[in-house]
Amino acid sequence: MKNLTPKTLKETLILLNEGDYKILAGGTDLMIQNRAWSNTLPKFNKDILLVFNLPELKYITLEDDCLHIGSTMTLEELLYHKLTPKLLVEAIKIMASPAIRNMATLGGNIGNASPAGDSLPVLYILNAIVVIESIERTRELPIEDLIIGPGKKTIQKNEIIKEIKIPMSNFTSIRFDKVGGRKADAISKISFAGVAKVKNNTIQDFRVSFGAVGPTVVRNKELEANVIGLTVDDMKVNIQEILNEFGNFIRPIDDQRSNKEYRKTVAINLLKSFILSL
Amino acid sequence: MAKIKFTLNNKQVEIEKSPTARLLDILREDFDFTGVKEGCGEGECGACAVLINDQIVNSCIVPLGTVEGKNIVTIEGFSKTKRHEVLRNAFEEEGAVQCGFCTPGMLIASESLLNKNPHPTDEEIKIGLSGNLCRCTGYNMIIKAVKSASKKGDGLW
Ligand SMILES: Cc1cc2nc3c(=O)[nH]c(=O)nc-3n(C[C@H](O)[C@H](O)[C@H](O)COP(=O)(O)OP(=O)(O)OC[C@H]3O[C@@H](n4cnc5c(N)ncnc54)[C@H](O)[C@@H]3O)c2cc1C
Ligand code: FES
Ligand code: FES
Repeated sequence: MKNLTPKTLKETLILLNEGDYKILAGGTDLMIQNRAWSNTLPKFNKDILLVFNLPELKYITLEDDCLHIGSTMTLEELLYHKLTPKLLVEAIKIMASPAIRNMATLGGNIGNASPAGDSLPVLYILNAIVVIESIERTRELPIEDLIIGPGKKTIQKNEIIKEIKIPMSNFTSIRFDKVGGRKADAISKISFAGVAKVKNNTIQDFRVSFGAVGPTVVRNKELEANVIGLTVDDMKVNIQEILNEFGNFIRPIDDQRSNKEYRKTVAINLLKSFILSL
Repeated sequence: MAKIKFTLNNKQVEIEKSPTARLLDILREDFDFTGVKEGCGEGECGACAVLINDQIVNSCIVPLGTVEGKNIVTIEGFSKTKRHEVLRNAFEEEGAVQCGFCTPGMLIASESLLNKNPHPTDEEIKIGLSGNLCRCTGYNMIIKAVKSASKKGDGLW
């Protein structure tokens, strides 16, 4: 096995272009997924490129009304950084433990593409753009176009996630909720993220997403658009109708019916609680 | 294989190993720091905790290649400090040590927390130690111990 620790991004991109490598950032997913016996090497089925320390991927800057977060920024670095969006801070606070957060990267949470990845519902509603780089080109993809199923991404094998770009916006309400504890297995976790902007009692912006109720994070921009322009009072009067519409859209995939119903009910209750808080 | 250099308990070291080796195995087998324990082996219990640049990590899932150029302190290195003495005494006074298996990890987690936040609230201590499991004590004694250490060791962190 060729397990390499390139020193620069350029070197990394050249290697990615020439060979078939798996990118390893903090390893908090990969080291466990490929765990072997104590005192033996983890069993990877590909050569590994370690990118955790690449200086070109560790930054957070504010430029052109966008926040740019380098992909290997750890969750703990983001938790304490003053530029990190408040909603992302709320999600990170209830992710894992400090020891894990010191290694876990934001790029790795996206790269793992788990329906239960806790940063994902947040990144979806912040309209995050993922900047992907290869030796040939740099391209930008909205996060929902990057993750297409559990563990499935539209990233080519010569590409790396360079940064996450988040357009700046102002909200009057933000919410991140997770039902099911940190130690609970992914099956019982449901997460909800919501942001809204209310001015003169009128909804000007409203975005919500749900994690772990389907193969990818669930967000529906059309349903969101339907409530823009309503007064908060109208929205509360019509809350049942709104919940029904979102409910039709949330279809957990699960063999066990009870579990499916439970998930949907929890998801809708989280939405309800957010709307009532506006 | 790669040559990896880092500082380990205040000494410069260099080792030639695969960068995907678990830091835990290297610390225990190659450097004989057996105070670093393996519990779950998957990041859930904190028995394998060490400090990298003053912050806690679980060495059972840290790939060796990521520690290049960093400063690693295990419980053996930490135990030579005044801060360890204050913490250790507080743990003993509050009855926060029973079988002792979790204690090195708890002390490392406490040090990491106090490095960031010298005067944590109970809630902040709970969060700071949330990655460390103890099967013997109730966590209350441990929380009290950290609180007492942060008072007695005022100025050390
Ligand atoms: C005890 C424990 C608790 C956890 N709790 C939570 C939790 O509460 N919520 C949660 O969401 N997650 C949790 N996790 C999962 C994990 O910590 C996160 O998913 C983390 O963000 C992964 O980041 P990493 O850098 O460690 O990823 P790695 O393991 O290094 O990589 C994960 C995947 O992303 C790919 N990848 C990484 N970086 C890049 C890049 N720059 N470009 C392209 N691909 C890349 C890798 O190839 C791999 O497929 C937990 C894990 C553990 C061990
Ligand atoms: S042995 Fe590393 S966290 Fe349990
Ligand atoms: S004292 Fe025994 S596990 Fe904590």
